[in-house]
Amino acid sequence: MTNWSKPSLLVKGIRKNYEGREILRGVDLEVYPGQIVALIGSSGSGKSTLLRCLNLLEEINDGQIILDGEDITRSGVNQDQVREQIGLVFQSFNLFAHLTILENITLALRHVKGMAKEEADQLGLSWLKRIGLAEKANSYPDKLSGGQQQRTAIVRAVAMNPKVLLLDEVTSALDPELVGEVLNLIKDLKQTGTTIVMATHEMSFARDVADWVVFLEEGVVAEEGEAVDFFKNPKQQRTKEFLARLKQR
Amino acid sequence: MDNQIDEQPSEAELARRAFKKKQNRKSTLIAFLSTLAFAAVVWFGLIATPGWERVSLAFFNWDVAVASFPRVIDGLFLNLRVLLFAAVSVLFFGLLLAIMRTLRNPVFFPLRIFSRGYVDVFRGLPLIIVLYLVGFGIPGLRLEFIGRIPAEVLGTIALTITYSAYVAEVFRAGIESVHPSQRLAARSLGLNYAKTLRLVVLPQAVRRVAPPLMNDFVALQKDVGLISVLGAIDAVRGAQIEVAKFANFTPYVVAGLLFVLLAIPTVRFADYITNRLSSREQAGSAL
Repeated sequence: MTNWSKPSLLVKGIRKNYEGREILRGVDLEVYPGQIVALIGSSGSGKSTLLRCLNLLEEINDGQIILDGEDITRSGVNQDQVREQIGLVFQSFNLFAHLTILENITLALRHVKGMAKEEADQLGLSWLKRIGLAEKANSYPDKLSGGQQQRTAIVRAVAMNPKVLLLDEVTSALDPELVGEVLNLIKDLKQTGTTIVMATHEMSFARDVADWVVFLEEGVVAEEGEAVDFFKNPKQQRTKEFLARLKQR
Repeated sequence: MDNQIDEQPSEAELARRAFKKKQNRKSTLIAFLSTLAFAAVVWFGLIATPGWERVSLAFFNWDVAVASFPRVIDGLFLNLRVLLFAAVSVLFFGLLLAIMRTLRNPVFFPLRIFSRGYVDVFRGLPLIIVLYLVGFGIPGLRLEFIGRIPAEVLGTIALTITYSAYVAEVFRAGIESVHPSQRLAARSLGLNYAKTLRLVVLPQAVRRVAPPLMNDFVALQKDVGLISVLGAIDAVRGAQIEVAKFANFTPYVVAGLLFVLLAIPTVRFADYITNRLSSREQAGSAL
């Protein structure tokens, strides 16, 4: 699936300080079209911050982010246009509480992409059918389970047809029995060639579905590699320790 | 419930029921005694007072009430018109001030400061003083090209000025109560600041502040009676004229009753909205 010719996303030495603390201390990252990159690391290692920086929701203190050959961190860039091309899904779903499921999906299609209502509704419904939530189209988010909400949130981002989809621990807030349905949707998206960067605690999922794994520790990339390799024989001592800690649980 | 409950309750439940029954009997007795005490207070404090007969003649005279009714109700229609115009402009300016206050871009610094100063001043200034300032200040400017501004228009302006300050704070609280993650989600989809505000933040904010807004509407509904100080012939002023005519205070009571009647549907509606919102938020709880 991966197309190695030209990276979709190229991250060069980003740094991010927050309240006098360095959260990211020079992170490099390459994401190729159709690739799924798993970001792993303990809480506070900077995974979420990195994703927010990639989406320009956080201002970086140094470095560069290049999306499809275009430097999106240069001054004067239209940040709204950039965000339109990079989807971000949050741990806590963040569906719009006052809108129905369908309206959640069509809001940006209509008001950012400028689609007509009928066209947006059609596209939204086809996505809802695909994830089996068509009959919930007119329900409000609080009537859905966490798994259904999160799948809607993912579809809301994917429907915008972003160049890269960022998933920020999308299963961490879910009851264990609901995790599977969300992971299945991500697998499904991989089949259709969506480029994904996901911060995750689901190691088995990262091993099975991700192409590339990046282990972040204290704001730097401690180790990275092909998923199968990475989990089979980690090279760094701290990677081994991290993986061992997870196994103990 | 369609499934029958035919099980014999346990000892503990029977004891609880007996205790509850005893408590209920006690409460009924207390309610009866306190009603009796209250009636006694009303009797000795009001009806049995030496001046009660004269007071009831001066304030509750049926014939005067009937005779003064047409003028008072006529005035009430002016109050209603003022209420309508003031309510609409208060919503508009209140929302505008609230949005100005929440703008983050440094370009809008002066607007933010203006909004803040405005709210500080007009929440502190008594309405009656704003009425005097506007009602006698604006005509004093001698703006010949506008001509003479009717008192009810000046009153509407004064009410709008004061109430916009209150309503701006209500809206601001609403805007700030929308969780930042909602903004974040909107921005991450590529919606810009203005669209995020219009399509995501404001709809949620307005829904949330509907009860306090209704509350301010009820307050405005009776404060429209204050435009009478500028000479507008509204219900209060109309009543005043009738009071002078009959040398009897009943017309004031008539006007007062009309304002209360006007307020009851609004108050009920406000309660309904509040209950609906809170029941949605606390569904399933016993308290």
